[in-house]
Amino acid sequence: MNFLQFMIANRQQVLDLTLEHITLAGVATLLAALVGIPLGILITRVPQLSKPVLGGANIIQTIPSLALFGFLLPAPWIGDRGSRLAILALALYALLPLIRNTYAGIRSVDPAVVEAGRAMGLTDLQLLFQVELPLASGVIVAGVRIATVLSIGVATIAAAIGAGGLGEFIFRGLAMVNNQVILAGAIPAALLALSADFILGMLERRLGSLHRKS
Amino acid sequence: MTIPPSHASAIEFDHASFRLNGRALLHDLVLSVKQGETVVLLGRSGSGKTTTLKLINRLLLPTAGQVRVNGRRTADWDPIRLRRSIGYVIQDGGLFPHFTVERNIALVPRIENWPQARVEARVRELLATVGLDQELASRYPRQLSGGQRQRVGVARALAADPPILILDEPFGALDPITRSEMQKEFRALQQRMRKAVIFVTHDLREALLLADRIALMEEGRLIVDLPVAEFSRSEDPLVRAYLEAFSGLPDSTAIMRGSA
Ligand SMILES: Nc1ncnc2c1ncn2[C@@H]1O[C@H](COP(=O)(O)OP(=O)(O)OP(=O)(O)O)[C@@H](O)[C@H]1O
Ligand SMILES: [Mg+2]
Repeated sequence: MNFLQFMIANRQQVLDLTLEHITLAGVATLLAALVGIPLGILITRVPQLSKPVLGGANIIQTIPSLALFGFLLPAPWIGDRGSRLAILALALYALLPLIRNTYAGIRSVDPAVVEAGRAMGLTDLQLLFQVELPLASGVIVAGVRIATVLSIGVATIAAAIGAGGLGEFIFRGLAMVNNQVILAGAIPAALLALSADFILGMLERRLGSLHRKS
Repeated sequence: MTIPPSHASAIEFDHASFRLNGRALLHDLVLSVKQGETVVLLGRSGSGKTTTLKLINRLLLPTAGQVRVNGRRTADWDPIRLRRSIGYVIQDGGLFPHFTVERNIALVPRIENWPQARVEARVRELLATVGLDQELASRYPRQLSGGQRQRVGVARALAADPPILILDEPFGALDPITRSEMQKEFRALQQRMRKAVIFVTHDLREALLLADRIALMEEGRLIVDLPVAEFSRSEDPLVRAYLEAFSGLPDSTAIMRGSA
């Protein structure tokens, strides 16, 4: 049985695991964005926090993903909380690019434009939502893109704690020493990452060209 | 506390200084502008003209002395209210690159919650005032020429009809013909509106045409502050230097005549 035949024979499971994978990575990225973007904004306002926050996110990122999930693996109480834990771990990983790009994006806005906004009598919130975030949106979306691709990749390891996703094929294939089964997980995961990268990359370029400074 | 001064001055520098990192950018500035009056600020590059303007709308606070707007110290103003009552033409434009011309001009009316119909009418009116085609309204600043951008900046400053105007080389990027048109337009506008105006320029002819008074700055100090008629008769060496720099031009006689 070749790879294609395997995929067709198991199409329902491939589809289910792909959807599970998208959910894992998607929810994790969303969660990370909900925390990371406001944190990124916060550290542009309170510069003393920028070092500890960026440093903390950096440290999380340096933990090898296998090790992070490895810590979670032996916990007998995980049970069906596996996917929730996996999402949490994935979200932690995705945090750094989101915080960093939000911070860098806002900081890269031309100070003369920000000063012009202030001179016209914009409040801090108006300045943030009408000037800084729109002008930083290209860089922030780049952060979302990196975070999404990262989550899709790392989510393959989530299967180690029973969270499901395409990693199930990979781990099963490894156990069975069966390359086709490994590829049944690896190839769809790679395709997912590539398409997310492509779509968000297009959005990023659109925002970038829309808001490029004169 | 000192006794509150008379409120006749819309803008008043009362021995105001501004230091930055130990360097005095402005030193002991005394200058006042009444409602209806136009003061032109002249001075070499780096003499502190822009810094002076930024003290008025509280982008900067004086490190010594006081700056008062309508009799109240800028430090005591709500900065948002203060800034929305001052039209500011920023040197080199300072337009929002991600806003169309229409949105740039309508910025203050919109945040002041004017009704949409009034905002639209105002934008059309202002485009005409600064001599820009209505069809430019939907363009972005990067799609305009430098002179067009500059006029959008002027329109934005005028938009909410503020009682005070501070203009930092507002016509610097314009060709001589458009520039002359804008100067006439501005003069007519000022005769109607009677705002308090501080107008920065490097062009002596423009200064003589628009000013009630000319104030000359050098290295953060105000050197002279004279009614326009007396300016070209001044014996001050810096004033002479200015007049001579311009008298090199072929039509210098016009300058001298216009100022006499
Ligand atoms: N943010 C700043 N940091 C340090 N120095 C500054 C800053 N802004 C202005 N200066 C200095 O203050 C002095 C006055 O600057 P200002 O911009 O007020 O000059 P200006 O008269 O407007 O000049 P120009 O005609 O070239 O616009 C200059 O020497 C300038 O280098
Ligand atoms: Mg200047």
